[in-house]
Amino acid sequence: MSTRIDARFAELAKQGRSAFVTFLMAGDPDPKTSLDILKTLPKAGADMIEIGMPFTDPMADGPSIQAAGLRALKAGMTLKKTLEMVRGFRKDDDTTPLVLMGYYNPIYIYGVDKFLVDAKTAGVDGLIIVDLPPEEDDELCLPAMKAGLNFIRLATPTTDDKRLPAVLANTSGFVYYVAITGITGSASADSHVVGEAVARIKRHTKLPVCVGFGIRTPDAARAIAENANGAVVGTALVDALRGSLDAEGRATAKTVPAVADLVAALAQGVRGAKQAAE
Amino acid sequence: MNPGQPNSLPNSFRTGPDERGHFGNFGGRFVAETLMPLILDLEKAYVAAKADPSFAAEMKGFLKHYVGRPSPLYFAERLTEHLGGAKVYFKREELNHTGSHKVNNVLGQIMVARRMGKKRIIAETGAGQHGVATATLCARFGLECIVYMGAVDVARQAPNVFRMEMLGAKVIPVQSGTRTLKDAMNEALRDWVTNVHNTFYCIGTIAGPHPYPMMVRDFQCVIGDETREQMQEAEGRLPDSLVACIGGGSNAMGLFHPFLDDPSVEIFGVEAAGHGLTQLHAASIAGGRAGVLHGNRTYLLMDDDGQIQDAHSISAGLDYPGIGPEHSWLYENGRVTYLSATDDEALAAFQLLSRLEGIIPALESAHAIAKVVELAPKRPRDHLMVVNLSGRGDKDIPQVAEILKGEKK
Repeated sequence: MSTRIDARFAELAKQGRSAFVTFLMAGDPDPKTSLDILKTLPKAGADMIEIGMPFTDPMADGPSIQAAGLRALKAGMTLKKTLEMVRGFRKDDDTTPLVLMGYYNPIYIYGVDKFLVDAKTAGVDGLIIVDLPPEEDDELCLPAMKAGLNFIRLATPTTDDKRLPAVLANTSGFVYYVAITGITGSASADSHVVGEAVARIKRHTKLPVCVGFGIRTPDAARAIAENANGAVVGTALVDALRGSLDAEGRATAKTVPAVADLVAALAQGVRGAKQAAE
Repeated sequence: MNPGQPNSLPNSFRTGPDERGHFGNFGGRFVAETLMPLILDLEKAYVAAKADPSFAAEMKGFLKHYVGRPSPLYFAERLTEHLGGAKVYFKREELNHTGSHKVNNVLGQIMVARRMGKKRIIAETGAGQHGVATATLCARFGLECIVYMGAVDVARQAPNVFRMEMLGAKVIPVQSGTRTLKDAMNEALRDWVTNVHNTFYCIGTIAGPHPYPMMVRDFQCVIGDETREQMQEAEGRLPDSLVACIGGGSNAMGLFHPFLDDPSVEIFGVEAAGHGLTQLHAASIAGGRAGVLHGNRTYLLMDDDGQIQDAHSISAGLDYPGIGPEHSWLYENGRVTYLSATDDEALAAFQLLSRLEGIIPALESAHAIAKVVELAPKRPRDHLMVVNLSGRGDKDIPQVAEILKGEKK
């Protein structure tokens, strides 16, 4: 099974650089603006895109991403509409990998089998589900693999060498290393410590390792990209979006460029990184 | 029971959960990877404690001399006369130190935390009873205590906030989401994800990822174990029925569990029906369906997109859109019958009990009394009914006074 994610990493390896992965919350601040932002991301320099599925109770997210999810829900976003957004994006772009990220309950209620068919058809490549550790692989991970979707697992500073093999066993696409113990957007990642952690994970797997949580600036993105196969930025982009909204939380003419400009600057950082770790 | 499906029933209702934390289809370990090693460690520590006679001995000493156990099993003579049916007994958990059953569980978890060498305790609280119990035991054992409480609940349960602070705890008002108990739990989980090395999360009910539903249940089973002995002493036999209120459901499970394999004992859980089941309520079984939240699969209130809905109950302690996973299992296999009581019914029961028995119950426990008022008259006079009086109503006096003042106008 090869997905757009595998193809993109192969292509980046040929170019000798790391991936820049961006996050946006589907439907934030409204479904149309969110799709407009999504469409500009590849041009602005995103190599891969994580799309957040809004949920009322995001237990691993900090205030910025919580608020983004609530804005999206208030604007009427649903999982069905998130899949429509993916279909809208795929009309013009058949190569940029899209990964849905979020929590299990909306998928469970949608129906796992139906969701996997609809997601694959819409053009989704992978899933990151925060509250599904390997202990619950029967729920979604194994069915997703069968359906041809990558199930991307989070590894964290608390995942020790003894536990890593279990975490990596059914992981595909890439490994997402959570650089800090904490919620999204809370602390800065130390690139040196992260480098050691990535090296540790790579002793257990051939999969690319991307690093996220706590990366906010082009310099930080560059430092991480020198130590990993990809750098993920989420909260900083969500904050840029929020900063462009009017007093009622609605999109303005500045909203799409605010996100695109920051993505471009961060992409410069990632592309300025020395040869990524292998 | 369920005669059409003889093979679907387990030989015993008391053997769960399985090694993965499942009660049938419910329970499990739906947590972020960062927390997974922590809950595996906790499970190991709890299993070791359970097997250690010195742990049980220490618990027993504190339950007796600090908590004040055993709590009495009291024959409510005037309520019984008033209802004209079953003989009604109260299991008086409201007489425990800190005023509710919550302390049974907190004592157990704090003992486990001490064995694990954890110095920082975090907890979520709704009405503040679990927060107060946690703050109390942290004071007793010299541990740092942080309590997360929804900003809405901080405002409506001010006396308990003051009590917690008096006991040396730090109360953090939670401003995210709906600013009630479920958000307090989200925030406690976020704290735990951040402070993984020194922190113990003391969950207040039989919910959350495995091993919490099992561990909290085990600590609360002292309620049912005592009831069994005390009823034997008082009447020379088992009770015929049990009634308890359910938010997450820990006081109910503590009473029910030791009787699950006694088929002659009818068991009733009472959820909070708020303004009524067609309006805003907190009855997850009556008005919800199976979903995944806060680390377990269980009955939840949610919309068609799987988004969690706001619960409503007059009682802050029942104001939660979920229920412990073992209750979901006992509902589906039919062993326990789940009823619900509205705000108004609970309020009426609150007043009735105050006047007939001189006991002001917590609004939570008043939900159970409200259904006793319906069930007891339909049962014969030799029927023995035990209701769990899980907490005392002092904390609710300002709120009830406000409501009754409004009604008189």
